[in-house]
Amino acid sequence: MADSSAPQSRSRDLDKLLLRPGNLVWPTFDPGAELRDDLQQYARVLVVGAGGLGCELLKDLALSGFRNLDVIDMDRIEVTNLNRQFLFRLEDVGKPKAEVAAKRVMERVAGVNIVPHFCRIEDKDIEFYSNFNIIALGLDSIEARSYINAVACSFLEYDSDDNPREETIKPMVDGGTEGFKGHARVIVPGVTPCFECTIWLFPPQVKFPLCTLAETPRTAAHCIEYAHLIKWDEVHSGKAFDPDHPEHMKWVYDEAVKRAELFGILGVTYSLTQGVVKNIIPAIASTNAIISAACALETLKIASGCSKTLSNYLTYNGVEGVHSKVTEFVKDKDCLVCGPGILIELDTSVTLQKFMDMLEENPKLLLSKASITHHGKNLYMQAPPVLEEMTRANLCVPLYELMGRVTKDILHATGTINKDNKKTSGLRKLRIVFKGIDGVTDMDMAGGA
Amino acid sequence: MAHEWAKGHGGVLPSTREEKRQFKELLKSRMIAMDEDNYKEAIDASFKVFAPRGINADLQKIINDSCTEVGSNSSDFWVMMAALKEFIVNEGCGEAPLEGSIPDMTSSTEHYINLQKIYQAKSEADFLVMEQRVENILKKIGRDPNSISKATIKSFCKNARKLKVCRYRLIEDEFNNPSLPELQKYLTDEDYSFAMGFYILLRAVDRYAANFNSFPGQFDGGMDEDISRLKTTAVSLLNDLGCNGLTLTEDLINEMCRFGAAELHSVAAFVGGIASQEVIKLITKQFVPMCGTYIFNGIDHKSQLLTLQVQAANP
Repeated sequence: MADSSAPQSRSRDLDKLLLRPGNLVWPTFDPGAELRDDLQQYARVLVVGAGGLGCELLKDLALSGFRNLDVIDMDRIEVTNLNRQFLFRLEDVGKPKAEVAAKRVMERVAGVNIVPHFCRIEDKDIEFYSNFNIIALGLDSIEARSYINAVACSFLEYDSDDNPREETIKPMVDGGTEGFKGHARVIVPGVTPCFECTIWLFPPQVKFPLCTLAETPRTAAHCIEYAHLIKWDEVHSGKAFDPDHPEHMKWVYDEAVKRAELFGILGVTYSLTQGVVKNIIPAIASTNAIISAACALETLKIASGCSKTLSNYLTYNGVEGVHSKVTEFVKDKDCLVCGPGILIELDTSVTLQKFMDMLEENPKLLLSKASITHHGKNLYMQAPPVLEEMTRANLCVPLYELMGRVTKDILHATGTINKDNKKTSGLRKLRIVFKGIDGVTDMDMAGGA
Repeated sequence: MAHEWAKGHGGVLPSTREEKRQFKELLKSRMIAMDEDNYKEAIDASFKVFAPRGINADLQKIINDSCTEVGSNSSDFWVMMAALKEFIVNEGCGEAPLEGSIPDMTSSTEHYINLQKIYQAKSEADFLVMEQRVENILKKIGRDPNSISKATIKSFCKNARKLKVCRYRLIEDEFNNPSLPELQKYLTDEDYSFAMGFYILLRAVDRYAANFNSFPGQFDGGMDEDISRLKTTAVSLLNDLGCNGLTLTEDLINEMCRFGAAELHSVAAFVGGIASQEVIKLITKQFVPMCGTYIFNGIDHKSQLLTLQVQAANP
């Protein structure tokens, strides 16, 4: 496809989408050389994870016109990574993934700058994450996703009409794979469901009841987990089990075999032992490539507006033929992480006790026996008795003082919700705004002191 | 419990919503304490009792395939298929050979292993019947009755409910002999509109390139003319395919020209990932290869697998 009239540009293909107007684009899409140059100069994307998805994401983003990337990963390279984490070689084993990945992509793509961060995601403060336009996730655990989701959603602010304020929205693109299956989703806090809104999507983790392991094992996995979780401690009390230590693994295997023989159960093999103990999920390069590509494409579209985006959850399954499906999940407006929370206006003189009384009367809440926390700090706890005693003194202190004299902030309240003659326990997100402070005008809403 | 129910209901298992609810209540009534896990599991799994008997539609289709009339040239697969067909009608009483494994459930070890052994024994018995039938068929078609190994037959029996037949044809055939009903079905289905639109447009673009020696929208300037030319090409392609009168979305035609044959890395990576995954499945002979044409739609990701041929009974 030689274009003999114009000079060959690295950006030739991308330009078609960034420089030309289109019909199926974002309403804010402003095609032109300025958009392309802005993407290169100013757009900053953070890639969380430099493993199977992370390596692919870095490559895809670098080749999609982004020039300022950061990557964060706390792990070092292992031999078993090499079948799919293609930026790493045998001689890299032992080195930090983030650093090697950054280096390799920068070697191959001229002009891209990637800053590696060899640390845990929790080690960075909120300020760090606020610097990025988009956060792309290549993670392998629910906990990590939950954490980043909470961070991104913490930037979100709502206006007085309970609409998200656009400049506080921090979009995320999240990918995950397991063998031939995978998903890619777009999270726009305040607009699409966040990770917590749809946490019910995850099937419960398989945990064997203790009595099954201890008394009535039936499968090879039961025998293995008995050896791993029960017998190990009995014999090696104090010493931690290390799944990466071949001698430890062999010990568990031998014990599992003994137990299986005792109960007449077949099927204990060394490889099953490893699989059960390490909870190994097989990973293949092709699925990672597919899901990462979808994520990178969405990142480009969100950053530039050059085409409509995925709305909002893509699932992929390559076991039987190829199946992909898009589901549009709906945001949970009561979500504790990305929702606006219930607005409560207060005078600075209102004490914590008075505040809690108000919660009981507020028709939107009907929350009694409340325990209140402020950014994780206990303001008042109903239980256990020792905590109740410790926080009792706060009850007669103005809430304004307890919250450090900020004009507005978020509180979380747990307690008993009395709705429709039913009592259920619940947790509510509360948006507190203090009236009558210099410069802050009263908002015209119900629910004041 | 299912037997008990059937005895009281003319030998038939629960089928209506009300009957299913009553069956679950019956299970619950047998619970002595509230926390008996085995009863809880039974109630959760009761849907298995309601499941339709017999073989599923996919397997039925394969059974009806003309390839089950085996001859000396038939492959091992079809020989075993022919045996399966006989088994289902005779010893199976409408069912395929028992697979043999059972899911884990709350139970004493002894009871569980006993139940497991019963299932394994029946599965083994079914396998022996199948093995005999396979040998007889091989003899009938003039082949060595031991030419299909025990292991192969056993694996076939174990996976009888998951058997699949994938048929493929040349791209040339797809282009020259499209299946009209399939095309029309996709073109008029809203869920497939983008995917089908892209399928037609991708082929129209090829035709365009052959006619005009460049791709629509390849060069800046003259976009309006390219759009109009692409539209004409697409319409004539639709006519050739026998789909006169069916239209494509204007937006898609415009986007196609806007794309100007651009190759974005991420799109290439996605399609390359799918293609390489299929290659791996074919080479390793594992899992089920894709059957059809996968159209990737990077706009809203509503990609679709189009089966543009009828999976005919004749090869």
